[in-house]
Amino acid sequence: MGHLRIRNIGKAYKHYGRKWGRLAEWLGSGPRHDLRWVLRNVSFDVSPGEAMGIVGVNGAGKSTLLKIVTGTTKPSTGTVETGGRISALLELGMGFHPDFTGRQNAFMAAQLQGFTAAEVEARIGEIEAFAEIGDYFDRPVRIYSSGMQVRVAFSVATAFRPDILVVDEALAVGDAYFQHKCFQRIREFQEERTTLLIVSHDPSAIQSLCSRAVLLDDGMVIRDGNPEEVMDFYNALIADRENSTVALRQLENGKIQTVSGTGAACVSSITLRNGKGEPVEYVNVGEPVTLDIEVTARKDLPVFVLGYMIKDRLGQTMYGTNTWHTKQVLRDVRANDSIRYRISFPMNLGPGSYSVSTALTDADTHLANNYEWRDLALIFHVANADRNYFIGSNWIEPRIEVDRSCGSSPGSGTSGTGCCY
Amino acid sequence: MISLGMLRDVWKFRDFMWGAVKREFQARWTGTQLGAFWVVAQPLATILIFTLIFSRLINPSLPGHSSRFAYSIYLCSGVLTWNLFAEMLGRSVSIFVENANLLKKIRFPKLCLPIIVLTSSILNFAVILSLFLLFLVLVSAFPGVVVLAALPVLLIQAGFAIGLGILLATVNVFYRDIQQIVQIVLQFWFWLTPIVYAVNQLPGTARDLMSWNPMWRLVQAYQDIFLGHRLPEWSALGYPALLALFFLGLGMFAYHRLQGEIVDEL
Repeated sequence: MGHLRIRNIGKAYKHYGRKWGRLAEWLGSGPRHDLRWVLRNVSFDVSPGEAMGIVGVNGAGKSTLLKIVTGTTKPSTGTVETGGRISALLELGMGFHPDFTGRQNAFMAAQLQGFTAAEVEARIGEIEAFAEIGDYFDRPVRIYSSGMQVRVAFSVATAFRPDILVVDEALAVGDAYFQHKCFQRIREFQEERTTLLIVSHDPSAIQSLCSRAVLLDDGMVIRDGNPEEVMDFYNALIADRENSTVALRQLENGKIQTVSGTGAACVSSITLRNGKGEPVEYVNVGEPVTLDIEVTARKDLPVFVLGYMIKDRLGQTMYGTNTWHTKQVLRDVRANDSIRYRISFPMNLGPGSYSVSTALTDADTHLANNYEWRDLALIFHVANADRNYFIGSNWIEPRIEVDRSCGSSPGSGTSGTGCCY
Repeated sequence: MISLGMLRDVWKFRDFMWGAVKREFQARWTGTQLGAFWVVAQPLATILIFTLIFSRLINPSLPGHSSRFAYSIYLCSGVLTWNLFAEMLGRSVSIFVENANLLKKIRFPKLCLPIIVLTSSILNFAVILSLFLLFLVLVSAFPGVVVLAALPVLLIQAGFAIGLGILLATVNVFYRDIQQIVQIVLQFWFWLTPIVYAVNQLPGTARDLMSWNPMWRLVQAYQDIFLGHRLPEWSALGYPALLALFFLGLGMFAYHRLQGEIVDEL
């Protein structure tokens, strides 16, 4: 139970040049379509109880692969062999009817997984308890917050331990408390030998849950190995594309880059490098990094200052400074001069996603003479791969001394009102 | 085509299907004060209008029948069963497109969807049929045991509607014009079937053409049962029965061949 054997999976979508092509084919004409392959020759085995991560850029074919594994989509070539029941946490809360209560919807969702009314009846109490939404469970879903809906949906989707659990990034929803509970439940399943298949862009999720990962690119498996190695390769792959597709990347996360200024100078390239000088997108907490910024002047500039700022995903500044404050102001920069700044620092930030903004000016504020101001010039992620678990946006590593002797020697002078009761 | 495994899969989801049918009914009355009454109110209104208006206000005479209620009964036997046919066909034709999200995200036998439509239409019809039978009893025009002959006729009609429905629903995924066409065709088809008028009011050539209309045979069988109080002409039902089998076969064949592509296209 729980094994997954994927052999030479390929998926091609038919594309008809003409609208009536398909009808002509039905009526017996020769093929009128060409095939668009989104997956090719994907093969891997997952053994029972193993946790497999699937990574890849958008459009690499991850979702299609998951759909084939869960059985909603048929592969064009190859076979999928699954041992046991598959449950998928793909789109949580989909198909909930707003006018029905959480309980009614939970019933329906469980029946849609193929359980009988009696089986669901036996578990509905657990589902209700896990969701922890109190009286709302018996109120119509239309008055739920999106978080409550997710809670009910997750509870139903995981009410019966599956042999294979497919998890899409959807998991990053709900509040921190519930997310924690979700991960807890997934780990429990794993201990009971449920096989996991996880798609995520979050390296910390992949690294903490998975024992193996595959990297998909352009529909093919280009790496299969331990998660760390695969994530490194993924980073490199992304960095490689950096130069050509910067603009696209901005669109992908839904943010819009702001560039303003006179244009008298511009940032021509910006890269984050790790200790070995390799371009990276994912950085470990505390890792020494270098921010490599190349600036090109378009006009003669008497005074030149570079500033940069690191912001978290909410836009709060984590750190920022400029070369005026560091007393590295440049004078008499000529048109077409190229200047390279290497800014080295340890990545003492907490896990999360951050952006870098750059400013090119002639003084300590960009308001004076703003050559160029560029928001979201670079986006990177910090992951906690090997440090002790912590929360927050800074890495302030403590040294904690623990003293258990207090109170154990009743004769000592400070006994009584001290630390222990 | 229909493998045993396929049927077993569908059977496994029986609780889901039954739940979906119940939910469809519940959805109609949640939030209302009178609840289940509304499920009965709509068909009650239909029956009242047909019976009161056509027996009191306008009373067209039907050759060979002297009862004041003859035309009302004639009309009801045709319209009520036609509505069942139109509901089954009209709803099943868009069934895959409407449930695109479900089909793309969750793995369950797709054939559950037309079965849900079939069941809930039949339940709806059961309500209105009981009201109609009650009316027949009240005006002492109940056909007696002959009424059981309506069951095989209903079976043929349901097979025809759902067979055609699955076929068109499959094609509709790729050519969505189908669902538009079906709604229009149903309107013409209604008036091309002797439901409101009698077949002998038609000129000869039209009557010859009428024999090609499978719905005429079915509707005629109901009229025989409910108004004539006699068994339908079974031999006349051979043609719609064959057609029902043909469309069920073709529908399942098309569905089977294209089921993989349905999800790709949605």
